This record gives sequence, C-alpha cells and structure tokens, in this order.
Amino acid sequence: MLRSQGQPPLSLLKDTEAPLTTDTLPVQAKNVSKIYGRTAALRGVSLELQPGRFYVLRGENGAGKSTLLRMVAGLSQPTQGEILIFGKQTREARQEIGYMGHAPLVYDELSGMENLRFFAQLYGIKSDAPLEKALALVGLDPRLSRRSGEYSQGMRQRLSVARAIFHQPRLLLLDEPFSNVDPESASQIANVLAGMRSSGTTILLITHQLGLLANIADEFLFLSAGQLVSRSSVPQATA
Amino acid sequence: MNTSFTKLTAAHIGKDMRLEWRSRDVFNSMLFFSILVVVIFSFAFEPTAEESRRMVGGLFWVAFLFSTMVALNQSWARELRNGVLDAYRVSPAAQEALFFGKCIGNFVFVAILECLMAPLFVLFYNLSSVGAAWQLVLILLLGTWALVINGTFFAAMSIRTRNRELMLPLLLLPVSIPAVTGMVSATTAVLTGESSPMTHIKLLAAYCVVFTAASFALFEMVLNAE
Repeated sequence: MLRSQGQPPLSLLKDTEAPLTTDTLPVQAKNVSKIYGRTAALRGVSLELQPGRFYVLRGENGAGKSTLLRMVAGLSQPTQGEILIFGKQTREARQEIGYMGHAPLVYDELSGMENLRFFAQLYGIKSDAPLEKALALVGLDPRLSRRSGEYSQGMRQRLSVARAIFHQPRLLLLDEPFSNVDPESASQIANVLAGMRSSGTTILLITHQLGLLANIADEFLFLSAGQLVSRSSVPQATA
Repeated sequence: MNTSFTKLTAAHIGKDMRLEWRSRDVFNSMLFFSILVVVIFSFAFEPTAEESRRMVGGLFWVAFLFSTMVALNQSWARELRNGVLDAYRVSPAAQEALFFGKCIGNFVFVAILECLMAPLFVLFYNLSSVGAAWQLVLILLLGTWALVINGTFFAAMSIRTRNRELMLPLLLLPVSIPAVTGMVSATTAVLTGESSPMTHIKLLAAYCVVFTAASFALFEMVLNAE
C-alpha cells in the first residue's frame, strides 16, 4: 500500500457511492504543491474529503502535514494547484471552517469566556449560549474568571478546542490536539470530536497518538516527503 | 450573520483596551521613555523660554515618534503570541477591521500619553503658546494620527521578521519625514507666533489622507504575506 520516496503520488480521488457535487465536498485539493525557497513541502497532492467523516493525517516529521492543514485552512497559499472548501475558495468558506493550530490561539490575558466572546464577534455570534455550550463540552466552567494564561496545559488545549468549535463549523481542522495534555484531557477532547463527527462535521486531524482515535477515525491519510502516499481505514505505520 | 465593520472595529478596540489594562506592557514603556526624553533634554540644554519655544516642537514630536515605535511592536506582538493572528485570519471577519481597531487603539494610547506629558513639557521648558490653542489641538490630532497610521502599518509588516525592533525604525522613519517636518514646523509656528501654521497643517492633513488610504488598501496583503 505504501509507496517509496521518488515514486509519483497515488491518485487519492475516491469514488463515492452517491455522486457528490463539488459544493458538498468539504475539501477538494487539486494537484497542490507548496515550495519554500528550494524545499518542496508538498508535491502534487490531490485529495477529496467526504462530508461527515473523520480523517487522520499521518506522516513523519517534515512530511508536510501542518503545511497541508494550514493551506486547507487558508492560512497559506499553494504555490501550485487549488484547494476548494465546499466548492468555494477558502476565503469565501471561512464561516464553515474551525481551526486549531500548534499554538492555543487564545489571549493569555483574557478568561476562557472572554476569549470566546471576542472570537464570537468575528463570526457574528451575539449570544453566550453556544459559547457556554462549547466550554461545557470540553469540560471547562464558563464562569471561570481566571485568565487563560494561568490555565494548565490541558485546560488551554481544551479551551483551544472550544474556540475552534463554538461556531459549529462543517469542517474542523486540528493540528496535534492531544500534544502535551494529560490522558484525561486527551480522552475528553476525543469524545468531543466523536460527537462532532456524529453530528455531521468533517474532521481532518494530525496526531501521533492513534490509540485515542482507533474507534472514531474513518480514514488514515499518509504523507511522506510532501506526497500523499496512501489512505487506509486502519492506522498502519508509515514506512 | 457577518458582523458589521464598525462592530468589529469596536470589538478590537475593546479587546486591546482590556489587554492593555491587564498587562500595561504598552503604556508603561511609552510613558517611561517619554519622561526620560523630557528630563534628559531639559538638563542637557537648560533652555530659556524663548529658546524653548523654538526647539520644543521638535523635541515633543521626536519623543512621541520614538515612544510610539516602542508601543507599536508590543501591540502586534500580543497578536502573534499564542498564534492568535491565525485565529483571526481563518475567521470570516473583515481583516481591515483589525487594522483600523489597532490604529484607533494606538491613537488613544498615544493621545493619553500626550495629555499626560504636555504639562511636563510646559513645566520643564517654561512654555506658553503665542498662537491659537485650537491650532495646537488640530496639529496634535493630525500628527498623532500620522504617527499611528504609518506606525501600525509598518509594525504589521515587520512583526514577522527576525529583527523586528530594528526593522520598524528602518521602514517607518524615512516614510515619516514629511509628516514629522510638518508637525514640528506647525507646532513651532504656533508656539512662537512667527508664522502661520496653516500650510503645514494642510500638508499634514494631506499626508494623513494619503497614508490612511494606502495602508487600508495594502493591509490585507501585508497580513497574509508568507
């Protein structure tokens, strides 16, 4: 199933049982490359993600996982190729995307609820109800007045997940959500993600901790040296 | 569902004020820098009232130009800390609202600083204005906006560079020369009453309009530059 370096990338455009139009596909990447100076971070990646499925992006360090995720989120532009989110350019589909990066993406000086209130305004959300719900989902108390800079690593990570999901995105992108968190927090985050998948959200996640996702993930995508080399329903190890 | 530009700008201003109130990392550095400039120069020159009127315009604006630069890097640094800028960039909110909110926030900080420092300048340099006070207020407003609009834009441009503390003055100071010349000449004209400041005020107003329009047009490109 795996291909060695230097071989051309596999075509990973899958046939589906029912025909899907491009505007129902959460992610459609067409021959995407990203080049930094003389280094190719991604080389000719083509990929379609189906709605309501949970994808785990795997690969060795420097394989291009975070680069691909950032490009899907619209934080980085492909040097070549195109990425469509629900059939639209990424900038036109921002309302549909939830993103969690390596960093927590929250202000240290604000409490959890204050952070979410600020970000909610960016999405046109005026009510506190979805924010309280998101915090409760990740096991944080909305009334907690402590600044997020004083939170433990696990709490900050869970706040970061709440920030990514409070606007109920149809596409959720997460970069190492289980890193530096205790097993209890990791399990709590995994449960939240399982719930989101059940409610129809498409999830694309990077992690090296597969144990938590064994029963949740639908597909594992393997990147190697900037190329998408295989996809599988089992979390097999990369070569 | 999208929030209006005004509400987004207000959200940014409110957030920046709250962050500054809790951290005080921008205002304190500006205040101490300005106080040092006033005190050191007053001891270095010991000017008479007449000499003060001629030189204090330059001293006043140079003090605020440099203290604004100290603050601007800090105000963008807090957006980079924890990658918060990425959270903003993936949101559907208008990106110019972030810039406009930052400009207004920085304008408020510098204006408060000017209000606090003005009595010190009067005290240390034995100042009294010969010209009209309203002209001085107009020069303060336009001059502060000129410093802030350029400074905020170039700070956003330099924030992701490795030597951002060095890069900001290198980018900002040459571009600010026409504005600083206008501010200093206009302020000196009002303080000494020797000439009309109106030509310089018009120059300053034109500078503000041109650079405000250019900064708005280019900000999205700067924000998304890789």
